[in-house]
Amino acid sequence: MQFYRNLTLRRKQIAWAWAFLAVPVLFYTVIRFYPTGNAVLISFQDWNLLGARTWTGLDNYVRLWNDPEFWTVFVNTFQYLLIGTPVSLVLAFVIAYHLDKLRFAHSFLRMLYFLPFMTSAVAMAWVWRWFYQPVPIGLFNNLLASVGIPQVEFLNSVENALPSVLAPAIWAGLGFQVIIFMAGLRAIPQTYYEAARIDGVGWWTVLTEITIPLLRPTIVFIVVFSSIGFLRIFDHVYNMTTNNPGGPLNSTEPLVLMIYQTAFTSFDIGYAAAQTVVLFTILLMVSLLQLWILRADR
Amino acid sequence: MTDATLSNVPDRVKPSSEALLSKPTGRGPRDNAQVIRWILLFLGGVLMVMPIAYMISTSLKWPHEVYNVNLIPEEPTLDNYVYVLEDGRFYGWFVNSIIIATLTTISNLFFDSLVGYTLCKFRFPGRTLVFIAILSTLMIPTEMLVIPWYLMSQQFGWLDSYWGIMFPGLMTAFGVFLMKQFFESVPDDFLEAARIDGLNEFQIWWEVAMPLVRPALAALAIFVFLGNWTAFLWPLIVTNSVEMYTLPVGLSGFGDEADVAWELIMTGAAISTIPTLIVFLIFQRFIIRGVVMAGLKG
Repeated sequence: MQFYRNLTLRRKQIAWAWAFLAVPVLFYTVIRFYPTGNAVLISFQDWNLLGARTWTGLDNYVRLWNDPEFWTVFVNTFQYLLIGTPVSLVLAFVIAYHLDKLRFAHSFLRMLYFLPFMTSAVAMAWVWRWFYQPVPIGLFNNLLASVGIPQVEFLNSVENALPSVLAPAIWAGLGFQVIIFMAGLRAIPQTYYEAARIDGVGWWTVLTEITIPLLRPTIVFIVVFSSIGFLRIFDHVYNMTTNNPGGPLNSTEPLVLMIYQTAFTSFDIGYAAAQTVVLFTILLMVSLLQLWILRADR
Repeated sequence: MTDATLSNVPDRVKPSSEALLSKPTGRGPRDNAQVIRWILLFLGGVLMVMPIAYMISTSLKWPHEVYNVNLIPEEPTLDNYVYVLEDGRFYGWFVNSIIIATLTTISNLFFDSLVGYTLCKFRFPGRTLVFIAILSTLMIPTEMLVIPWYLMSQQFGWLDSYWGIMFPGLMTAFGVFLMKQFFESVPDDFLEAARIDGLNEFQIWWEVAMPLVRPALAALAIFVFLGNWTAFLWPLIVTNSVEMYTLPVGLSGFGDEADVAWELIMTGAAISTIPTLIVFLIFQRFIIRGVVMAGLKG
């Protein structure tokens, strides 16, 4: 204690700061940085958890490059992204744009759109899976049957399965995007709109010349946020296709499901680690793209 | 909630979360267009809630009525809930999820704000390095870490335990960043006054600074709790025995096992969804504000 009292104020501050940070720094080192390095190391090894770990250089990456399943999965993953992101962006913007103009029962309407965000992906994947069943089980096909429209094969069809799995993922994330868009719309100063009104500018011009350009940072945020979400899709796919994960015929299998199966079904740890490095690289590029776009804005 | 990009929101978008709760900007006349707009948005909102409504409705139906498309059960029954809860497993999973989500939330509230506060209010050598290091972990996806975490858990005997499920999420860079932003608004004079009053640095943080950032703490708590309540991939990997499952993992297995008993699956889904929905309905305004704060400031 005597030692502490003799310290200068500044040194006391430094001592306190590091005392506060000691446990967290240890945590980030052991639970974040060490595993990251470890994943990269393992990606250069051949290991099935039981046998010896052998160094194989780039073998896992070469194998991945020549693996037709990987390319199917790669295309699937980007399909989730390329359908999911624009669809949810446009829907969220249209909803937020119009919701922003309403006063009557405003927060009630907002609640309706936001509610799905509070649900658990696993639970709702099972609900939607039930919706998609053939007659006489599934809700959608029962509704179609009641108006005399032919049955649609949702989860059993190679073409329809991926969009069917994607729909609940879009649905669940929509409310969040609506809320973020509404906050962005509120942030646009009213003076711009008043000036436009005085000049007698039409609503379309206002939308394309004022609203959307000023929402650009919000749009970039939502695009990147939802892109990363769709690139990491797993819960919905896994739970809607438990009888044949990623099926039918791998048509719904995203990268994270491939990683999960390679690592924890086949225990091909090195190969799975290489896949995670690929995922990491893709996500990193998306994030850097965002930083680059925003920097260009300034 | 994934934390990968939340930090990248530019300063230029500063929609205040308060403004979102004030009246909407729209001040259109109450003409027909507004009425049509309201009706369309209302119908859209009803569609959004439909999956949740059907989940709850089906959980209240007798097996023979499940395939009817009517939303209101003819003879509502709690039989499915009695059956599912008497089985005992759901009760156990529910308790596991509550304990894990609560403890993780407490840990995040404590450590994330302690680190955020230290990085915000102290000047010490290594500060920038620690900040950048923690921030950079936002770029590392969970999927890349699960394999090393699994190996680590295997080595230390953490598999199939609460600690094993919880340890990766005890602190998050997103939380640190969020709290750091909010501590910026705490005036240094307050802390200086407390220092003159003879409080030590820990007391200053805990007794003076923390009460001033309560809204931020609440927002963080919501995100962390919801994230852990719905977490699936890591709990799926780290648990082996049925007793240690969390609700999503348990529900996933139960869905497979119940096969075509959709009313029971819907009951399980409802049990894992209704708690967060109730919390949302009670604290609606508050949670939406928290989402905007976390989404835009974090």
